[in-house]
Amino acid sequence: MSSAQGSRDIAPGFANPPHESQQVFRCVLEAFAHPGRIVRVADTLEAPGGLCRATAAFLLTLADRDTPLWLAPEFDIPEIRDFVRFHAGAPIVGGRAEAVFAVLGHDQPLLFDDFAIGTDAYPDRSATLVIEVPALGAGPAHLWRGPGIDGHASVAMTGPDDGFWRDWTANNGLFPCGVDVVFAAGSHLLALPRGITVEG
Amino acid sequence: MPDVSIQDEAYNYAYLDEQTKRMIRRAILKAVAVPGYQVPFGGREMPLPYGWGTGGIQVTAAIIGRDDTLKVIDQGADDTTNAVSIRRFFAKVADVATTTRTEDATIIQTRHRVPETPLSEGQILVFQVPIPEPLRMLEPRETETRTLHALSEYGVMQVSLYESIARHGRIAKTYNYPVLVNGRYIMSPSPIPKFDNPKLDRNPALQLYGAGREKRIYAVPPYTPVKSLDFDDHPFEIETWKESCSLCGSSESFLDEMIVDDSGKRLFLCSDTDWCQDRQEKQRVDAAK
Repeated sequence: MSSAQGSRDIAPGFANPPHESQQVFRCVLEAFAHPGRIVRVADTLEAPGGLCRATAAFLLTLADRDTPLWLAPEFDIPEIRDFVRFHAGAPIVGGRAEAVFAVLGHDQPLLFDDFAIGTDAYPDRSATLVIEVPALGAGPAHLWRGPGIDGHASVAMTGPDDGFWRDWTANNGLFPCGVDVVFAAGSHLLALPRGITVEG
Repeated sequence: MPDVSIQDEAYNYAYLDEQTKRMIRRAILKAVAVPGYQVPFGGREMPLPYGWGTGGIQVTAAIIGRDDTLKVIDQGADDTTNAVSIRRFFAKVADVATTTRTEDATIIQTRHRVPETPLSEGQILVFQVPIPEPLRMLEPRETETRTLHALSEYGVMQVSLYESIARHGRIAKTYNYPVLVNGRYIMSPSPIPKFDNPKLDRNPALQLYGAGREKRIYAVPPYTPVKSLDFDDHPFEIETWKESCSLCGSSESFLDEMIVDDSGKRLFLCSDTDWCQDRQEKQRVDAAK
């Protein structure tokens, strides 16, 4: 097994976890409070195995032994598995339904399927998906409306196609249930909480 | 560890351990994603009793960093025991700057008031909440209130407001006045006076609510509609006073009534001490010109 190769292959985590994770969390909180706003996180972090820095920072900040993690096949590689297990201690699970967090690419088929959406009584028991895209702030723009947005926001990104946004409309229709999404590209991320309606 | 400066070395940064902070942070994100819904969290024992802001302190501890400037108020005042203790606590365990000026603060922890000075985008208002469940006085069973929220079945609340009108001729509730968040969840705004309810509506600041004993966190994101419940023929109204503040002369702020001698002489003062002092300062400057 890869984990037996030794710790020298594992990318370093935060140099000062309490302060760095606090800074990343505040960026993530800003992103959730202002859906569509691009925030910059973790310039210094060295992300393993082709993972975005923003994704790595998100996982180190919020994942731990209480948060089963599901990795899409392209991310389910030894460098990333070891990084997550060593620094966050998060169990990596094979079934989407068990996952609290998931990392996936935008071109996965059936992107939202089978993830936990919570229940009417406990809508918080849902998964948060980190979806890596080529670029944020460029590409086709959509109109976002909902809590945290003053009127509407025009949010541009490359990657997700019309099928993705149709699936999102279905997810939004489940409110207060549904998954929350974080889009990551390089050191940047933006959040798409379940209550946001996306048009055009 | 050169970055760990003057803070008390016996504790982790901001008092809570990292595992606890992550758990609270995840709950906060869910709360922001589902505005007005009460997210259960694993509330910890804090070094102060329930009822003194254990929920608010845990929320603040999970979000605060060394770049923050913290303001703490208790009933609008910066100089009361609870406010001073919590401010000193974070100055010690989180090595943060503190302030009494509303506009200078990045995080404002509050017990039972919303500052008079309008808040701006980027500020976070942390409320200390004693009883997070707005339906609790009407339905004591958690299993039932949870179902009522799930089904958005809020008739019981409207009936209680109607009964108040039938008995008193108006909705007699003056604090902890229930609100509907983004048209979905009925939420307790914590025991703020209903005077402050309009400030919750479409506020550019992020509102986080922490209930320590009941172990619930909920939130209102910026610019989110918050409607105080009412009836078409009994619209929601805030209190007005004939009196004005004895110190700054304000007639539009929320006033505290004080009895100042044995013969019952009364005095009215702004509840928001920072706002009052700011006005007095401006008046002194104007008078000096």
